[in-house]
Amino acid sequence: MSVKQFIQLKKEVLIRIIRAFLSGDFANNARLIPFEMRPKGTEVSYRCCIYKERAVLRDRVIAGLGFSIEDDDEITELAQYANRALERKKPHFQPLTIIDIACKGCAATRVFVTDICQGCVARMCMQSCKFNAITFAAGKSVIDAKKCKNCKMCISACPYGAIAQIRVPCEDSCPVDAIEKNENGIARIDYERCISCGKCIINCPFGAVHEKSQIVDVLKNLENKSKGVKIIAMTAPSIAGQFPGDIYQLKSAIIKAGFTDVYEVAMGADITIKNEAAEFDERMKEGVPFMTTSCCAGYNGFIKKHLPDIKKYVSDTKTPLYYTAQKVKSLYPSAITVFIGPCVAKKNEAFYNDNIDYVINYEELGALFIAKNIEVLDCEKSEYGVESSKQGRGFGVTSGVAKAVSFLAKTQSDPVLINGLNKQTINVLKQALREGKCAQGNIVEVMCCENGCVGGNAVICSAKTAQNALNKLLEKSKDIKKEN
Amino acid sequence: MKKIDVKICLGTSCYVMGSSYLQELVDMIPLKFGDKVNIVGHNCLGECVSRGEHGKPPYVQIDGEIVESATIEKVLEHIEKKL
Ligand code: FES
Repeated sequence: MSVKQFIQLKKEVLIRIIRAFLSGDFANNARLIPFEMRPKGTEVSYRCCIYKERAVLRDRVIAGLGFSIEDDDEITELAQYANRALERKKPHFQPLTIIDIACKGCAATRVFVTDICQGCVARMCMQSCKFNAITFAAGKSVIDAKKCKNCKMCISACPYGAIAQIRVPCEDSCPVDAIEKNENGIARIDYERCISCGKCIINCPFGAVHEKSQIVDVLKNLENKSKGVKIIAMTAPSIAGQFPGDIYQLKSAIIKAGFTDVYEVAMGADITIKNEAAEFDERMKEGVPFMTTSCCAGYNGFIKKHLPDIKKYVSDTKTPLYYTAQKVKSLYPSAITVFIGPCVAKKNEAFYNDNIDYVINYEELGALFIAKNIEVLDCEKSEYGVESSKQGRGFGVTSGVAKAVSFLAKTQSDPVLINGLNKQTINVLKQALREGKCAQGNIVEVMCCENGCVGGNAVICSAKTAQNALNKLLEKSKDIKKEN
Repeated sequence: MKKIDVKICLGTSCYVMGSSYLQELVDMIPLKFGDKVNIVGHNCLGECVSRGEHGKPPYVQIDGEIVESATIEKVLEHIEKKL
């Protein structure tokens, strides 16, 4: 698998925004980004013409500056957006935005009969349709779109495989049906339903869904470092393998990029593990049939908006980021804290937690390194103030959390892994809630992304590369201490 | 016969811009081409600096020649052309 083209574009935009910021003439250089990326006379790579390419790039810059593309009036210049980003006190709480003009407005999901239809005598399709949506005309089957419920029975019934479904990748990837098309076929996010899992970001083939970046907010604070402001990076456990070198070199690189210090969120994971294992033991003693983990921001959003009743089975333990940020703010109350992770859902978590000031992702950190010419491999190793445990560092991959809790729990644990939230796995959770038990086990680890955080929406490398790097790190890490 | 030399740049610029995914080639190439090709991951090849802002990372060097915006397909194609 190679990296998708639109992800390259998004990164390039971020690099240019950071360079514009560092140039000393932010507003003007931000304004020029679309023109520099598509100067006069360049070949048109993706769209119909250079003007449209620039228009899409302009929207990508708006998202990169942290604003909603939906709210753009097309009159405001990028220079003005850049200035507004500098003045902004707090990032917007909705972390996603869609570029109208990049969204192709793919054909709505529907089932239709292709030319392969042989007009056979058996007419299995007609028989299979419970809604009488299929008729026969001019020697071929025809589906009446008004009657069709997209049940797809005819697709499996046709012996020629002549019936197909048009798919809409963003809608398909959304586990909670939060994307709908407006009358023009352009995708819209229903923020009442959206859990900010970021699956649509990676699945839209046009790269039309963006995170609203907080990179300018972070850059602003990095500048203030000279005025004595401490700015502390908190790196997610999934960071191993996302950059060249190991996490000790990475710490130096992050400091070189302007941060005061770096803490591993795995440090907070160690507290999560202890609390969650104790909670698990207690709940099992009380005869509660199962408990689900509570560290995944996407899952927490899902519970809040779509399955609040399952709350009674969800661990009350806080997330690793919660404990890490709490610790950092207790050490340096006036510090600015920045979470660095793979996941847009964490922006929601941060919005409701005053200890977490900003969230940037691996792509943004990578762009910062590139813009500042920082080579991680040339950096010295720096030790972390607190060295995290093997179990805490394993939180970013599927089964890591369940294994960690099982390691400390005294009760016999029987883990169930929800490896990615989707329609099927959501049904597993719903069933467990309905029946008041989970047939498969007693500790349910829920990861919104497939493979865990290493499968997040803003990762730099494949889950396999991340896993290999993590394995190397874990070999050298110590087990979490068991208390008696 | 002289082996074809392939260096995948794993410096920060290239890695972030996608050479992380090219690491798969290190396993894939010996299976595909046997010992006709020698492939390694390499520290920054210096191209990100010399080509600067208008460069197109990730870079892969094949027998001294630089392939820009490298993808798995592109690298395989280049090797096949040389064989
Ligand atoms: S990082 Fe690849 S050429 Fe510098």
